[in-house]
Amino acid sequence: MKLTLKIWRQKDANDKGQMVDYNINDVSPDMSFLEMLDVLNEQIINEGGEPVAFDHDCREGICGMCSLFINGEAHGPDRGITTCQLHMRKFKDGDTIYIEPFRAKAFPVIKDLVVDRSAFDRIQHQGGFISVNTSGNTQDANSLPISKHAADEAMDAATCIGCGACVATCKNSSAMLFVGAKVSQYALLPQGQVEAADRVRNMVAQMDAEGFGNCTNTGACEVECPKGISLDNIARMNREFFKANI
Amino acid sequence: MSGVLSSSIGRKVAMAASAFFLMFFLLQHFAINLTSIFSADVFNELSHFMGTNPAVQFALQPILIFGVVFHFVMGFVLEARNKAARSVKYVKNNGAANSTWVSRNMIYSGLAILAFIVLHFIDFWFPEINHKYIAMLPEDPNRYYGELVHKFHSPIRTGAYVAAFAFLALHLLHGFKSAFQSSGMSAKRAAKLETISKIYAIGIPVGFIIIALFHHFNQ
Amino acid sequence: MAVLDSKVPKGPIAEKWTSYKNHIDLVNPANKRNIDVIVVGTGLAGGSAAATLAELGYNVKAFAYQDSPRRAHSIAAQGGINAAKNYQGDGDSTYRLFYDTVKGGDYRAREANVYRLAEVSANIIDQCVAQGVPFARDYGGLLDNRSFGGVLVSRTFYAKGQTGQQLLLGAYSAMNRQIGRGKIKMYNRHEMMDVVLVDGKARGIITRNLVTGEIERHSAHAVVIASGGYGNVFFLSTNAMGSNVSASWKIHKKGAFFANPCYTQIHPTCIPVSGDHQSKLTLMSESLRNDGRIWVPAKLEDAKAIREGKKKPTDLSEAERDYYLERRYPAFGNLVPRDVASRAAKERCDAGFGVNATGEAVYLDFADAIKRYGREQALIHGDHNPTAEKIDKLGKEVVKAKYGNLFQMYDKIVDENPYETPMMIYPAVHYTMGGTWVDYNLMTTIPGCYCIGEANFSDHGANRLGASALMQGLADGYFVLPYTIGDYLSKDIRTGKIPTDLPEFEEAEKSVKDQINFFVNNNGTKSVDHFHKRLGKIMWDKVGMARNAKGLTEAMAEIKALREEFWKEVKVPGAADTYNEELAKAGRVADFLELGELFAKDALVREESCGGHFREESAETEGPQEGEAKRDDVNFAFVSAWEYKGEPADAVLHKEQLEFNDIELKTRSYK
Repeated sequence: MKLTLKIWRQKDANDKGQMVDYNINDVSPDMSFLEMLDVLNEQIINEGGEPVAFDHDCREGICGMCSLFINGEAHGPDRGITTCQLHMRKFKDGDTIYIEPFRAKAFPVIKDLVVDRSAFDRIQHQGGFISVNTSGNTQDANSLPISKHAADEAMDAATCIGCGACVATCKNSSAMLFVGAKVSQYALLPQGQVEAADRVRNMVAQMDAEGFGNCTNTGACEVECPKGISLDNIARMNREFFKANI
Repeated sequence: MSGVLSSSIGRKVAMAASAFFLMFFLLQHFAINLTSIFSADVFNELSHFMGTNPAVQFALQPILIFGVVFHFVMGFVLEARNKAARSVKYVKNNGAANSTWVSRNMIYSGLAILAFIVLHFIDFWFPEINHKYIAMLPEDPNRYYGELVHKFHSPIRTGAYVAAFAFLALHLLHGFKSAFQSSGMSAKRAAKLETISKIYAIGIPVGFIIIALFHHFNQ
Repeated sequence: MAVLDSKVPKGPIAEKWTSYKNHIDLVNPANKRNIDVIVVGTGLAGGSAAATLAELGYNVKAFAYQDSPRRAHSIAAQGGINAAKNYQGDGDSTYRLFYDTVKGGDYRAREANVYRLAEVSANIIDQCVAQGVPFARDYGGLLDNRSFGGVLVSRTFYAKGQTGQQLLLGAYSAMNRQIGRGKIKMYNRHEMMDVVLVDGKARGIITRNLVTGEIERHSAHAVVIASGGYGNVFFLSTNAMGSNVSASWKIHKKGAFFANPCYTQIHPTCIPVSGDHQSKLTLMSESLRNDGRIWVPAKLEDAKAIREGKKKPTDLSEAERDYYLERRYPAFGNLVPRDVASRAAKERCDAGFGVNATGEAVYLDFADAIKRYGREQALIHGDHNPTAEKIDKLGKEVVKAKYGNLFQMYDKIVDENPYETPMMIYPAVHYTMGGTWVDYNLMTTIPGCYCIGEANFSDHGANRLGASALMQGLADGYFVLPYTIGDYLSKDIRTGKIPTDLPEFEEAEKSVKDQINFFVNNNGTKSVDHFHKRLGKIMWDKVGMARNAKGLTEAMAEIKALREEFWKEVKVPGAADTYNEELAKAGRVADFLELGELFAKDALVREESCGGHFREESAETEGPQEGEAKRDDVNFAFVSAWEYKGEPADAVLHKEQLEFNDIELKTRSYK
């Protein structure tokens, strides 16, 4: 396949940045999207240019490091996957592909397609945990039965990989799906109840302080989420927030 | 409770609460207007009650005005914040792939409704306030129907009225569900609301439009 | 062997750890505030260690090359975590987990360490549940277990197919709590470039800020390396793209011995390579072998026809298929341990029976499982005479419920529907049992420098059992290191803060900067990946699943030559003081090019076959075990610990003799 790539290039955080066109030949449909970028980079290096910087690590859809806004969608046109799992067979010979970084004020660009998502970490620092020290003599794991339903639902919320696709795709750059997933995981488990009120208050306050926008329930985040995190988690966070404040 | 309204979720819930109030108001407004098709007397009677009852005039009316103003102001504040949350726009953004047009354009349907409300105030509310509290004209319990019919004389005004309610339908198509979701209703329950949501969002505006057209063509 | 002191406590094996804990020196809480600890790597081992040390009161500085601790590659572990809880009442015990682990490791692990691992395993589950890790549960609300290869009990705890993710997020949450309290200072997107020794003790590290390119000095009273395994020396592996040996290799160059580098686990069920562009390999969980049957065509012409696309696997009748694992290992069949399954696949493909275009793939077929489950379901639904379509439909539903996410992943990558046609799989490098040599305290041969998790060598011997990596990482980080490091730090309570303007820091920083300047100014012609791929090919061809003296000797020479070429010809675009991934990769590949040679040398010296290490010269030549790996306990029951002496070929071997007092050495037989 031959492709035209329109890629966002930006030297560093202070650079203005712009879209740059690249042509790439010999793309195999079996390649992953990131492997296609590897080939492009090899080509750029051999031509004496600077390769396109992009985040990636595990390349099996679980670390959450890869990002990219491809043809107007977070993680590209396929569903239920991250960019590293997107394969070139989803595109046609002669296609033009737009590749942009995840955009949000809270996710400033570091270079090219690499963005700084540490805002997510800072939200987690404010309550994304259960306060239990490591001692080796906490209570036996089976002394606290948890209904399968609650455990499964908590697991579904906990599968969030923190990639930021929800923020990138939301027209408001809202982080509520991400925060809602963490709040939900603990809200669904008895272990999480003790600190529930403080958790949701503090995490929401940090989320706001980071400059994320407000949820307007468009539902785009749920569609683009590579792990299919449900909007229910946002509703649950709203309820938790309500409970904590009234 | 302090600071809740400055938090994103607090604002979202407040937005939903004002929306619920406005949707309820809309329903009763519609019910009263509907009577104008069937009986001028009933319409006059109800309008007279609403227009002169002190509880409605001095308690509910200020609340309503506050609700309208709050919903709009908060809508603008949130929109401004949300716009600011992405300083550099995407070159290519395929929003249609993951969300509905109405959900992404609430601000525009909202603005159209705002424009209509301004018109509506000029048409009905200002003359009404002038009539009752400024010019202090004597109350005629049978004037309302005639005034209503008179307003729908102009095809331009009727057209604007129809267009505004089309925008209201768009606004409600997303807004109705969204308000429930914001106030914490789970998606499973919200799915059951889908039908009610559509009936309300389309039924009420279409109803208003029918009333307008009825009076326009029945002059 | 005065150099290597494993410091294993005296006494019966079951009492060693308890008695050790009772007798070590502790640091009082007020003094812990004055002690700094550096942790490099934030996976299960590093993350849990950093959090626990901070909970105890030490000042922790944690470093990760990723943009968040949550992205460490522990997150990719699928199957589960072992623990001797005996919740299923099937006879599990600390001893049995200990025994299985030592046997599974082909008797090349240190008994005392493994026993301790088994002992603390139950605590891990308690701790993780308390943290809110959503392990799978049964309808009674209690924890569920599954069974894994090589053992006779159900002791594996799991969270769907994402156990590693959930455990890592648990450790990450514990870290977050401490970061919020200011007890952990987290340095994301930082790479450790060197360790700094002061008076022979590890006292700090030099790092590069991967965003700004800034070279920074960090001091501490102890340094913990938790940087994972080195499987990426093969270029293609199931490791993350950034996984590297550099932190381990830097401490090796400063005096930490590197143990058993040749022990590598090649996982049998990975998605095969599809072309030259391949950047990494994807693992399909071992659990698939519970229901999938592995086969290749029985006739060479069928294999050829399939490779050329003239025949489809479903065209072949039962008689035309060779279920080679069931044929060779009737007792364990498709559930033989990983090393055995991998070698058997290679043997068939080398003989010309491979089934994809590259000739390096075998089938993993679920057709029988679908039929079996389908009939079972039909009966459950009261249908005693179901149609073939109904059986097929019901069977596929069961398989979907069990493996749906894996099947979907396969479909996305290969673009074939594994419900309709058999999956293609091939072995791939997955885990490295070898690593930095550590004593019972998990301290390397550099005083004050510790090594935990996959980065050390200690617990898995020559082969790791499924679901044991997560157990070891968390055992080291939550329950072992926080004790053992206290014993060392108790001598440091009067030391005070370590200044970073010491000449040792200056010197280390200078050599780091020199290397970086060399890279960005070198007028080379070939990219870093070019060299990495060539190294990987040498490793895979000659130091891979089957090794022999000739190939290993050649590999050593070839790697050395490649390394020399690398230093002449490598091309690193961009500047030193910016975000520059090529520069970061160059440093990592430079280290792989040294490790690779030592790896081959270690494999050459170990003239026996054990676990993941298979020497063609050391195979059974007769009897029922003919062709199987032959261990040599008389001559090779030792740990190879290599001391750095400049060139990898000059590394000096130190042997830690392994003593087995509580377990009898036996031949592993899966026939």
